[in-house]
Amino acid sequence: MNKFTFLDGLVAPLDRANVDTDAIIPKQFLKSIKRSGFGPNLFDEWRYLDHGEPGMDNSKRPLNPDFVLNKPRYRGAQILLARENFGCGSSREHAPWALEDFGFRTIIAPSFADIFFNNCFKNGLLPIRLTERQVDTLFSEVEAAPGYRLRIDLEQQIITAPDGTAYKFDVEPFRKHCLLNGLDDIGLTLQHVSEIRAYEAKHRAEQPWL
Amino acid sequence: MQNNMRAQTLYDKLWNSHVVRQEADGTALIYIDRHLVHEVTSPQAFEGLKLAGRKLWRKDSILAVADHNVPTTGRAQGIADPISRLQVETLDANCAEYGVTEFKMSDVRQGIVHVIGPEQGATLPGMTVVCGDSHTSTHGAFAALAFGIGTSEVEHVLATQCLLMKKSKAMQVVVEGTLGRGVTAKDVALAVIGKIGTAGGTGHAIEFAGSAIRALSMEGRMTLCNMAIEAGARAGMVAVDDNTIDYLRGRPFAPQGALWDKAVAYWRTLQSDEGAQFDNAVMLDATQIKPQVTWGTSPEMVVAVDGRVPDPDGISDPVKRDAAMRALKYMDLAAKTPIEKIKIDKVFIGSCTNSRIEDLRAAASIARGKHVAANVKLAMVVPGSGLVKQQAEEEGLDKIFIAAGFEWREPGCSMCLAMNDDKLEPGERCASTSNRNFEGRQGSGGRTHLVSPEMAAGAAIAGHFVDVSKV
Ligand code: SF4
Repeated sequence: MNKFTFLDGLVAPLDRANVDTDAIIPKQFLKSIKRSGFGPNLFDEWRYLDHGEPGMDNSKRPLNPDFVLNKPRYRGAQILLARENFGCGSSREHAPWALEDFGFRTIIAPSFADIFFNNCFKNGLLPIRLTERQVDTLFSEVEAAPGYRLRIDLEQQIITAPDGTAYKFDVEPFRKHCLLNGLDDIGLTLQHVSEIRAYEAKHRAEQPWL
Repeated sequence: MQNNMRAQTLYDKLWNSHVVRQEADGTALIYIDRHLVHEVTSPQAFEGLKLAGRKLWRKDSILAVADHNVPTTGRAQGIADPISRLQVETLDANCAEYGVTEFKMSDVRQGIVHVIGPEQGATLPGMTVVCGDSHTSTHGAFAALAFGIGTSEVEHVLATQCLLMKKSKAMQVVVEGTLGRGVTAKDVALAVIGKIGTAGGTGHAIEFAGSAIRALSMEGRMTLCNMAIEAGARAGMVAVDDNTIDYLRGRPFAPQGALWDKAVAYWRTLQSDEGAQFDNAVMLDATQIKPQVTWGTSPEMVVAVDGRVPDPDGISDPVKRDAAMRALKYMDLAAKTPIEKIKIDKVFIGSCTNSRIEDLRAAASIARGKHVAANVKLAMVVPGSGLVKQQAEEEGLDKIFIAAGFEWREPGCSMCLAMNDDKLEPGERCASTSNRNFEGRQGSGGRTHLVSPEMAAGAAIAGHFVDVSKV
């Protein structure tokens, strides 16, 4: 997994609530048996004017000029600013894969759906919860200032705006440790094999029908 | 454990009995008893396992099935779409390589993963049940701790039989009273989501309780727990009672003989203790719940069938107003339209929410002796499993549907998410018994209204929504 320590990145605003994982990566692209290559189909139905299917040459498809990520000023954005309940719906990890493949490293929103939130950490993506008021402020600042960037320091848990305003954010210590060090949590869990075996033996003795 | 002294919720009991170890920040290693696997979210997990040279921890915890991509007609010809076919073949190959039990497409036991788990007795009370699928919450109907996971977590469970997670908060949703005629578990689920919103349960495990829940059959409880995720809760659950035990008796994966008695004795303890504390509680009066219809592009955009499409001008929160306006535009609906005036083009009866035998019986009771309206281009019934289909055919339900002009299909996810050929065309409007009305969910540009099986059948016959509690 990619490490995440510090990011100084361009911000793109996606101003709608309840953005679901079907919107992030539509179902026809879930037929892939790979983990990579989903970026060109991120937000496919909003991003292109035609209907996308796997195997199309996405560089030749007509872009929707009104969709925010198609605006030149947001090209190369690494931070997605979003609204409440981002990533709701299906558990598809293809959603964080697509966001990451597109180039995002961080998503800032007032709230996230649980499974999506979890999936982000497994892929070197940092989802950050700020208050609704803070998110409102960031939306107005991003829209007012082309080239708006934020600096994100995971070690310190601080986001710094161009005017120097600092936003403190929470992250669970264990997840932070894994992100900072790019740790594979299966490897970590396998350090506890004997404990798992011991639990398993006790559990089976108690519930032998399992 | 520090919790032994105080009254515990059902969720506390399920959680505490599966903690292998715990980190200082509360992150716990949780043991997983049952792992359900389907073709869409597992190939990358098996590949990851292989690339890292790791072994599968416990193959007998796994039950695999292909459901999302499978065709619902012409099964004998196999899957026409080569990309879908490769995904299903990849599942077959992984299951063969690792010795995992799989119900193949030709097996009568094949079906939607959340239908076949309980049907086989592979979901049992007190278990932790996971699947790379958000509707795993369904299995909580059996007082199991069941939740959806991503593909990295699927790999984690394959390799370690455990998951790293933090305990959620506990929410209790209490529904008291008797449901009216034509009002179902689906309507209760939609009414709950309408009340608390699609993020209302985020960070929580929901326990459904109260006299209306106890009166539900196991299938009704599955419908309700299935929709817990649409309220934002990763897990939904219902305490064990006689209904639970009666449903499981004699199922192929359920224990038998002396082990059965021992299991039942334990399962009976799977209830929240008197006086157990929840972090949040919500109450609903069952007698006030009417058949529900969603009007927008999120399950929380829902009203009773005798209501009207809301007017965004009346919504004060700007983010919500904007969402409502966007939804009305996508759904091509005018504010204040009476729900019963909305005409439909297609009807889908199926999905892990509503494709079990009782759902099909309920829909058939409305369709019996009637015919699908002329403006309805397609009305399809997709049973949740081969065994549900078989049972329905024994009862003659297929004949009722076919005589009424419905199509009778092979089991699978079908038009719930339209990964196979069953989909809405742009602009088509569908009365659907599935669980998500997101933009494009049932096909690019398609418009979904979520309803119960009775309401879907009623809409198929009338050509528009009708209040089945009055039919
Ligand atoms: S029926 Fe629909 S919601 Fe259920 S598992 Fe299949 S695609 Fe998912």
